[in-house]
Amino acid sequence: MDHKRRDVLKYSVIFGLMASAGLITTAQAQEWNKAAFEGKSLDDVFKVLGAGKPETSSAITMIAPDIAENGAVVPIGMNTTLKAQQIAILVDKNPSALAAQFFIPAGSEPFVTTRIKMGQTSNVYALVKADNKWNVAVKEVKVTLGGCGG
Amino acid sequence: MADPMRVRATENGGVVDVKILMKHDMETGQRKDASGKAIPAWFINTVTAKANGKDVFKGELGPAVSKDPFLNFKYKGAKGDKISITWTDNKGEKRTDEANAT
Repeated sequence: MDHKRRDVLKYSVIFGLMASAGLITTAQAQEWNKAAFEGKSLDDVFKVLGAGKPETSSAITMIAPDIAENGAVVPIGMNTTLKAQQIAILVDKNPSALAAQFFIPAGSEPFVTTRIKMGQTSNVYALVKADNKWNVAVKEVKVTLGGCGG
Repeated sequence: MADPMRVRATENGGVVDVKILMKHDMETGQRKDASGKAIPAWFINTVTAKANGKDVFKGELGPAVSKDPFLNFKYKGAKGDKISITWTDNKGEKRTDEANAT
Protein backbone atom coordinates (compact mmCIF):
# COMPACT_ATOMS: atom_id res chain seq x y z
CA MET A 1 0.00 0.00 0.00
CA ASP A 2 2.68 2.39 1.07
CA HIS A 3 4.77 1.38 -1.90
CA LYS A 4 2.00 2.25 -4.34
CA ARG A 5 1.53 5.64 -2.80
CA ARG A 6 5.18 6.40 -3.32
CA ASP A 7 4.92 5.44 -6.97
CA VAL A 8 2.02 7.76 -7.49
CA LEU A 9 3.90 10.51 -5.74
CA LYS A 10 6.98 9.90 -7.88
CA TYR A 11 5.05 10.07 -11.15
CA SER A 12 3.18 13.19 -10.24
CA VAL A 13 6.50 14.86 -9.44
CA ILE A 14 7.94 13.80 -12.79
CA PHE A 15 4.91 15.03 -14.73
CA GLY A 16 4.94 18.25 -12.79
CA LEU A 17 8.57 18.82 -13.73
CA MET A 18 7.92 18.03 -17.38
CA ALA A 19 5.02 20.43 -17.52
CA SER A 20 7.00 23.20 -15.88
CA ALA A 21 9.93 22.58 -18.21
CA GLY A 22 7.58 23.03 -21.15
CA LEU A 23 7.94 19.46 -22.40
CA ILE A 24 4.21 18.93 -22.27
CA THR A 25 2.19 21.78 -23.64
CA THR A 26 -1.51 21.83 -24.25
CA ALA A 27 -2.69 22.34 -27.79
CA GLN A 28 0.67 22.79 -29.46
CA ALA A 29 0.32 24.33 -32.89
CA GLN A 30 1.96 22.25 -35.58
CA GLU A 31 3.22 24.74 -38.08
CA TRP A 32 4.22 27.60 -35.86
CA ASN A 33 7.94 28.35 -35.66
CA LYS A 34 8.20 28.44 -31.88
CA ALA A 35 11.97 28.88 -31.75
CA ALA A 36 11.83 31.94 -34.00
CA PHE A 37 9.11 33.59 -31.96
CA GLU A 38 11.01 32.91 -28.73
CA GLY A 39 14.18 34.55 -30.03
CA LYS A 40 14.84 37.60 -27.87
CA SER A 41 17.15 39.59 -30.11
CA LEU A 42 17.29 40.25 -33.84
CA ASP A 43 20.33 37.99 -34.18
CA ASP A 44 18.49 35.13 -32.41
CA VAL A 45 15.66 35.34 -34.92
CA PHE A 46 17.97 35.75 -37.93
CA LYS A 47 19.77 32.61 -36.81
CA VAL A 48 16.61 30.52 -36.38
CA LEU A 49 15.23 31.64 -39.75
CA GLY A 50 18.61 30.98 -41.37
CA ALA A 51 18.91 34.56 -42.50
CA GLY A 52 22.50 35.04 -41.33
CA LYS A 53 23.45 38.63 -42.06
CA PRO A 54 20.77 39.94 -44.41
CA GLU A 55 21.68 42.63 -46.90
CA THR A 56 20.07 46.02 -46.65
CA SER A 57 17.93 46.47 -49.73
CA SER A 58 16.36 49.58 -51.20
CA ALA A 59 13.92 47.34 -53.10
CA ILE A 60 11.87 46.95 -49.92
CA THR A 61 9.50 49.76 -49.05
CA MET A 62 8.31 49.91 -45.49
CA ILE A 63 4.93 51.35 -44.70
CA ALA A 64 5.15 52.55 -41.12
CA PRO A 65 4.47 55.78 -39.25
CA ASP A 66 7.34 57.99 -38.04
CA ILE A 67 5.57 58.47 -34.75
CA ALA A 68 3.07 56.05 -33.26
CA GLU A 69 0.93 57.62 -30.58
CA ASN A 70 -0.35 54.31 -29.31
CA GLY A 71 2.18 51.49 -29.13
CA ALA A 72 -0.62 48.91 -28.81
CA VAL A 73 -1.66 49.47 -32.42
CA VAL A 74 1.12 50.36 -34.84
CA PRO A 75 0.27 49.84 -38.52
CA ILE A 76 3.24 48.19 -40.25
CA GLY A 77 3.37 47.10 -43.83
CA MET A 78 5.80 46.41 -46.59
CA ASN A 79 5.96 46.23 -50.30
CA THR A 80 8.81 45.07 -52.49
CA THR A 81 9.84 44.63 -56.07
CA LEU A 82 11.72 41.47 -55.06
CA LYS A 83 10.10 38.09 -55.62
CA ALA A 84 9.41 37.55 -51.94
CA GLN A 85 8.68 34.04 -50.69
CA GLN A 86 8.79 34.89 -47.02
CA ILE A 87 8.41 38.14 -45.10
CA ALA A 88 9.15 38.67 -41.42
CA ILE A 89 8.47 41.74 -39.31
CA LEU A 90 10.80 42.30 -36.37
CA VAL A 91 10.88 44.90 -33.63
CA ASP A 92 14.32 45.39 -32.09
CA LYS A 93 13.27 46.39 -28.58
CA ASN A 94 10.23 44.18 -28.02
CA PRO A 95 10.58 41.34 -25.48
CA SER A 96 10.66 38.93 -28.42
CA ALA A 97 11.95 40.45 -31.64
CA LEU A 98 9.76 38.59 -34.16
CA ALA A 99 6.24 40.02 -34.45
CA ALA A 100 4.96 37.99 -37.37
CA GLN A 101 6.08 36.21 -40.49
CA PHE A 102 4.27 35.56 -43.73
CA PHE A 103 4.64 33.09 -46.56
CA ILE A 104 3.86 34.27 -50.05
CA PRO A 105 3.17 31.50 -52.58
CA ALA A 106 3.71 32.13 -56.29
CA GLY A 107 0.82 34.16 -57.70
CA SER A 108 0.46 36.32 -54.63
CA GLU A 109 1.84 39.83 -54.40
CA PRO A 110 4.89 40.54 -52.19
CA PHE A 111 2.85 42.85 -50.03
CA VAL A 112 1.46 42.70 -46.53
CA THR A 113 0.18 45.05 -43.86
CA THR A 114 -0.79 44.34 -40.29
CA ARG A 115 -0.89 46.02 -36.90
CA ILE A 116 1.56 45.27 -34.12
CA LYS A 117 2.37 46.19 -30.54
CA MET A 118 5.53 48.06 -29.65
CA GLY A 119 6.77 48.48 -26.09
CA GLN A 120 8.90 51.52 -26.84
CA THR A 121 10.55 53.51 -29.61
CA SER A 122 12.50 51.04 -31.73
CA ASN A 123 13.79 50.11 -35.12
CA VAL A 124 11.35 47.98 -37.07
CA TYR A 125 12.78 45.53 -39.62
CA ALA A 126 11.16 44.02 -42.67
CA LEU A 127 13.05 40.86 -43.54
CA VAL A 128 12.39 39.47 -47.00
CA LYS A 129 13.48 36.16 -48.46
CA ALA A 130 13.61 36.28 -52.24
CA ASP A 131 15.42 33.82 -54.53
CA ASN A 132 16.78 32.17 -51.35
CA LYS A 133 18.54 35.39 -50.36
CA TRP A 134 17.63 37.47 -47.35
CA ASN A 135 17.19 41.21 -47.59
CA VAL A 136 16.21 43.69 -44.96
CA ALA A 137 14.85 47.22 -44.60
CA VAL A 138 14.78 49.27 -41.42
CA LYS A 139 12.67 52.12 -40.15
CA GLU A 140 12.61 53.75 -36.75
CA VAL A 141 9.17 54.20 -35.23
CA LYS A 142 8.86 56.53 -32.26
CA VAL A 143 6.33 55.39 -29.68
CA THR A 144 4.86 57.91 -27.28
CA LEU A 145 2.73 55.40 -25.33
CA GLY A 146 3.94 51.80 -24.88
CA GLY A 147 1.84 48.82 -25.92
CA CYS A 148 3.04 46.25 -23.40
CA GLY A 149 1.75 45.98 -19.85
CA GLY A 150 -0.71 48.45 -18.35
CA MET B 1 -16.79 29.40 -30.59
CA ALA B 2 -14.80 32.44 -31.36
CA ASP B 3 -16.36 35.54 -32.85
CA PRO B 4 -16.55 35.76 -36.64
CA MET B 5 -13.90 37.67 -38.53
CA ARG B 6 -14.55 40.27 -41.16
CA VAL B 7 -13.20 39.49 -44.59
CA ARG B 8 -13.37 41.89 -47.52
CA ALA B 9 -11.94 41.04 -50.91
CA THR B 10 -12.00 43.42 -53.86
CA GLU B 11 -10.69 42.71 -57.34
CA ASN B 12 -8.94 45.41 -59.32
CA GLY B 13 -6.92 44.81 -62.51
CA GLY B 14 -6.51 41.07 -61.93
CA VAL B 15 -5.32 41.50 -58.36
CA VAL B 16 -7.54 40.70 -55.42
CA ASP B 17 -6.96 42.80 -52.33
CA VAL B 18 -7.97 40.90 -49.19
CA LYS B 19 -8.48 42.61 -45.85
CA ILE B 20 -9.11 40.52 -42.74
CA LEU B 21 -10.08 41.65 -39.27
CA MET B 22 -9.98 38.86 -36.71
CA LYS B 23 -11.55 39.07 -33.31
CA HIS B 24 -9.06 37.97 -30.66
CA ASP B 25 -7.60 39.36 -27.44
CA MET B 26 -3.99 38.51 -28.40
CA GLU B 27 -2.85 38.28 -24.78
CA THR B 28 0.95 38.56 -24.70
CA GLY B 29 1.75 36.73 -21.49
CA GLN B 30 3.63 39.84 -20.36
CA ARG B 31 0.73 41.46 -18.52
CA LYS B 32 -0.25 40.92 -14.89
CA ASP B 33 -3.74 40.95 -13.41
CA ALA B 34 -4.83 43.00 -10.38
CA SER B 35 -3.40 40.45 -7.94
CA GLY B 36 -0.01 40.50 -9.67
CA LYS B 37 -0.36 37.10 -11.32
CA ALA B 38 0.85 36.86 -14.91
CA ILE B 39 -1.97 36.49 -17.45
CA PRO B 40 -1.04 33.53 -19.67
CA ALA B 41 -0.35 34.20 -23.34
CA TRP B 42 -3.28 33.54 -25.64
CA PHE B 43 -2.96 34.58 -29.25
CA ILE B 44 -3.66 33.56 -32.84
CA ASN B 45 -0.52 31.92 -34.15
CA THR B 46 -1.38 30.76 -37.65
CA VAL B 47 -3.55 32.18 -40.39
CA THR B 48 -4.05 30.55 -43.77
CA ALA B 49 -5.92 31.94 -46.74
CA LYS B 50 -7.22 29.94 -49.67
CA ALA B 51 -8.81 31.16 -52.88
CA ASN B 52 -10.89 28.51 -54.65
CA GLY B 53 -9.14 25.91 -52.50
CA LYS B 54 -5.60 27.01 -53.37
CA ASP B 55 -3.24 28.50 -50.75
CA VAL B 56 -2.65 32.17 -51.45
CA PHE B 57 -1.24 33.40 -48.16
CA LYS B 58 0.04 32.04 -44.89
CA GLY B 59 0.95 33.94 -41.77
CA GLU B 60 2.51 33.04 -38.45
CA LEU B 61 1.70 35.58 -35.79
CA GLY B 62 3.36 36.19 -32.45
CA PRO B 63 1.87 37.78 -29.35
CA ALA B 64 3.27 41.12 -30.54
CA VAL B 65 0.48 41.42 -33.10
CA SER B 66 -2.21 43.86 -31.92
CA LYS B 67 -5.48 42.87 -30.33
CA ASP B 68 -8.09 42.07 -33.00
CA PRO B 69 -5.44 41.39 -35.66
CA PHE B 70 -5.70 43.03 -39.03
CA LEU B 71 -4.13 41.59 -42.17
CA ASN B 72 -4.03 42.84 -45.70
CA PHE B 73 -2.56 40.90 -48.61
CA LYS B 74 -2.96 40.68 -52.38
CA TYR B 75 -2.98 37.84 -54.86
CA LYS B 76 -3.62 37.44 -58.58
CA GLY B 77 -7.24 36.41 -58.95
CA ALA B 78 -10.65 37.28 -60.31
CA LYS B 79 -14.07 38.48 -59.25
CA GLY B 80 -16.15 35.74 -57.67
CA ASP B 81 -13.17 33.87 -56.19
CA LYS B 82 -14.19 32.03 -53.08
CA ILE B 83 -11.85 33.06 -50.31
CA SER B 84 -11.60 31.09 -47.12
CA ILE B 85 -9.58 32.25 -44.12
CA THR B 86 -8.72 30.03 -41.15
CA TRP B 87 -6.92 30.96 -37.97
CA THR B 88 -5.72 28.81 -35.08
CA ASP B 89 -4.65 30.10 -31.69
CA ASN B 90 -2.12 28.72 -29.21
CA LYS B 91 -4.88 26.99 -27.26
CA GLY B 92 -5.97 25.11 -30.37
CA GLU B 93 -9.13 27.09 -31.03
CA LYS B 94 -10.04 27.56 -34.68
CA ARG B 95 -12.24 29.72 -36.81
CA THR B 96 -12.90 29.73 -40.55
CA ASP B 97 -14.78 32.40 -42.47
CA GLU B 98 -15.49 32.81 -46.16
CA ALA B 99 -16.03 35.67 -48.55
CA ASN B 100 -16.34 36.17 -52.29
CA ALA B 101 -14.12 38.57 -54.22
CA THR B 102 -16.07 41.50 -55.65
